Amino acid sequence: MSSVRVLVGTKKGAFILSSDGTRRKWDVTGPYFAGWEIYHLTGSRADPNRLYASQTSGWFGQVLQRSDDGGKTFRPAGNKFIYEGATGTHQYYDGTQRPWKFTRVWHIEPSPDNPDVAFAGVEDAALFRTADGGQTWQELSGLRNHRTAPSWQPGAGGLCLHTILLQQPQRMYVAISAAGVFRSEDGGRSFEPINRGLKSDGIPNPNADAGHCVHRIAVHPSRPNVLYMQKHWDVMRSDDAGDSWTEISGNLPSDFGFPIGVHAHEPQTIYVVPIKSDSEHYPPEGKLRVYRSRTGGNEWEPLVRGLPQENCYVNVLRDAMAIDSLDSCGIYFGTTGGQVYASPDGGENWSAIVRDLPPVLSVEVQTLS
Amino acid sequence: MIRVVLPFHLRTLSRTSGEVRVELQPGEVATLRTVLDALERQHPVLCGTIRDHTTFERRAFLRFFACEEDLSLQAPDAPLPPAVATGEAPLLIVGAMAGG
Repeated sequence: MSSVRVLVGTKKGAFILSSDGTRRKWDVTGPYFAGWEIYHLTGSRADPNRLYASQTSGWFGQVLQRSDDGGKTFRPAGNKFIYEGATGTHQYYDGTQRPWKFTRVWHIEPSPDNPDVAFAGVEDAALFRTADGGQTWQELSGLRNHRTAPSWQPGAGGLCLHTILLQQPQRMYVAISAAGVFRSEDGGRSFEPINRGLKSDGIPNPNADAGHCVHRIAVHPSRPNVLYMQKHWDVMRSDDAGDSWTEISGNLPSDFGFPIGVHAHEPQTIYVVPIKSDSEHYPPEGKLRVYRSRTGGNEWEPLVRGLPQENCYVNVLRDAMAIDSLDSCGIYFGTTGGQVYASPDGGENWSAIVRDLPPVLSVEVQTLS
Repeated sequence: MIRVVLPFHLRTLSRTSGEVRVELQPGEVATLRTVLDALERQHPVLCGTIRDHTTFERRAFLRFFACEEDLSLQAPDAPLPPAVATGEAPLLIVGAMAGG
């Protein structure tokens, strides 16, 4: 029988939540790496027992952990993320130029077909690759050396590369706050910005090539040219692999938010969690609602059954939503209040797997056979 | 033999308990650089967690104390106090306190 493993990174350690395919009863283990910030814990599709964890600390810097037994044990891998060549500068909050400086790994994206190959998105924004299971990391510096890079500036969370989408054979997308989305057609050696159609108030040229605060992008594998985006404000869609974007916020109560996800079996069905505003990082009206569109955007319905509908003032961060691939598609998200919610039926019904974890930074799910 | 006291999280990471004892290379003088080099040789997982991988700058929220002195701003090649060099006193690596 199928089962699922939900991988949760929090401000104070990692947790692994396991269930059979019914997803009614959960086994919770952790904390792993107690006391450390786990920006991301994720698994390889090529080998589900291979997990990678980004373990970080303001005191002690970056550690990267690896498991080869599905999280029963971990051992430290390589933590040397050295920018290649001249470091260069990017724009800082105050408008001055600052040298690129590595702070942490935000996101790890394992290759779909080789467990030893993975990509890491880091702060200050850059892309690294390992081909030896995380022991050594090499920068794919074409991104950081892009002509627009000196104009990139950090969002409130830092200048972070937080989303990596891999497509065969050589295409990949990355998203950076607050630079935007970039596409590579050569396996990450070079990138071009794909931000046409994005409009962002608060930047000097609201239609700029780069400088947009993209919070998350998502794609369904059966429609590789259809991208969905939760931007700082606005929910967007591209039907041409990012060459152009149109707004699909429609009837959402707020189009500010962080994560966006696509149903495993319905490529037009997407999920967002509206947040009141960039100044008030909690759900509108204190009601935690996931919104689902079955039409690829514009027409949205609230999903509330089992979610708190009063006095709820948590946030859901960009890497904190995941979707399994069981026949009845499961949706998962974690909150800054430490709850991890699961829906085993595409969002109709929700319940909390756990309620009192540290603030949740990331959620991933592995569908195991 | 040099005695080093690590903060909690680095003891956990290096799977050590109590003080760590490190040996310098023959002929080396005990300095922050030689002691940290020896510590990292013995526990490679600590590379990058106390000082930067390439610049070797101390991480901002860590301090080095010994013999009731704050040695954090001492030049990396300056000799450590004789009591540290002889193993009579430990070198303390201390994380900045924070709470709320």
